Amino acid sequence: MSNDQIENAVTVKNVYKNYGDVEALRDLSLEFPKGQLTSLLGPSGCGKTTLLKIIAGLLPATQGEVLVNGQPVNKPGPDRAFVFQDFALMPWASVIRNVAFGLELRGVNKSERESIATKYIKDVGLTGFEHSFPHELSGGMRQRVGLARALSVDSPVLLMDEPFSAVDEQTRRKFQEDLLNLVKNENKTFIFVTHSIEEAVYVSDQVALLLPRPSRVSEIIKPSSFKNKDINSIRKDSEYLDTVERIWKSLRSYVE
Amino acid sequence: MLSRSFFLKILSGALIFGAWEYAGRVGVNYALPTFLESMKALIDMTISGLIFQAYADTLRPLVVGVLISAFIGIGIGVWVGLSEKFDWLISPIFIIMQAAPLAALIPLLIMAYGIGLTSKVFVVCIMAMPVIVLNTSVAVKNTPSSVKEMARSFLGSRKDVILKIIIPSASPVIFAGLRLGVSAGFIGAILAELKITPTGVGDIISYSRMTADYPSMYAAIFSIILLAVIFLNILEKIEDVLFKGNNQGYIS
Repeated sequence: MSNDQIENAVTVKNVYKNYGDVEALRDLSLEFPKGQLTSLLGPSGCGKTTLLKIIAGLLPATQGEVLVNGQPVNKPGPDRAFVFQDFALMPWASVIRNVAFGLELRGVNKSERESIATKYIKDVGLTGFEHSFPHELSGGMRQRVGLARALSVDSPVLLMDEPFSAVDEQTRRKFQEDLLNLVKNENKTFIFVTHSIEEAVYVSDQVALLLPRPSRVSEIIKPSSFKNKDINSIRKDSEYLDTVERIWKSLRSYVE
Repeated sequence: MLSRSFFLKILSGALIFGAWEYAGRVGVNYALPTFLESMKALIDMTISGLIFQAYADTLRPLVVGVLISAFIGIGIGVWVGLSEKFDWLISPIFIIMQAAPLAALIPLLIMAYGIGLTSKVFVVCIMAMPVIVLNTSVAVKNTPSSVKEMARSFLGSRKDVILKIIIPSASPVIFAGLRLGVSAGFIGAILAELKITPTGVGDIISYSRMTADYPSMYAAIFSIILLAVIFLNILEKIEDVLFKGNNQGYIS
């Protein structure tokens, strides 16, 4: 049991979630190994965002529990940071204030949080835009701000809710490559919600396939052989292509 | 850019005042003085100090009423926006206040509060408060939920969410409500002086109408409009300084 706590950064145990009469999640259990990227993949309506928000502590589970580092959680905590699909930036605040906002809410003083924010702004490649406002940035740059904000609080677990779905295709590919490097270099656990099969297979150490009605984990796929290959050759790898094909076969009957 | 918009303002002013001057000179109506006559009357009133005495009277209910409306109105508006129960309880009162014909209520106010300052402050509040409350509550309700969630997920308390997310996010619409409320307050202040007891600028308007001193009447009307415009511009500047990025509207 203690071994399990070390291996898994996040454990979801028998979680149920009902919205009134609608069953969003039924008896869902899933483990998220430490230091790895796990994707929650599935068609819309399968409850993947609901599950992510329950892990984040933004939504209460109707039943069941979520363990983060072995401790049950039911509200947001310093051990988890969230990256939002629609970026969720404050339009009235500059880039640096947006990035430092998580630290601001933790009561870190201004000069310290701004120096931390400056470092992460540099890491995501936005140096020079510290004092720009969100409306002056492109969609991709806005999501970089969202990512820098999540990184700057230095949480061991990063929760990403379809972070690349609102940016254009080229930027998205670049983001996916950056994400692979991030997983390699940062010792963090990533939980990544997506509805793109290619994206899930490309970035993940583990893909949890969620199916709707009732929501459940139908399969866990661990792509392995191409993980150590050069980023540029993954998309041509035969295991990559086979995995994408296999997932599509399981999902296609659920697409109306 | 700035000089161009400044030039356009001057031009539109010149056009309107020119048209007024022309209409006065050709004699559209015996009660319409020319622009220059009205300005001369305004200067005379300024030199004699009459206008300052008048504004000392007019501004008192106006300022008191607008301040009460702004503070209480925004407070109630935020509260109504945050709580469905209070929305249900309080919104109808302000919707009725906004819809009621104020002039018809003035006799009631006089019966209840006499003809002094209290009644006039009430008139200003009835004019100014509903729009401030309703705008504020709508703005608070429409705060994008993902930004609120963001603050919660980064460990913001309820207070943080209200002060750092909801209020700044609602501020453009709150300020729009304030601007509408302040201009309604000006209407209320003059209405009170015309309908309750003639004091201040309302007194100049009604007295000079009775004595057929039309330039003075127009001068008084002109001065109150000018004051309202200046005040609204100051409010806009304050908003610009406080919430710079908000001018560009919402991003998503």
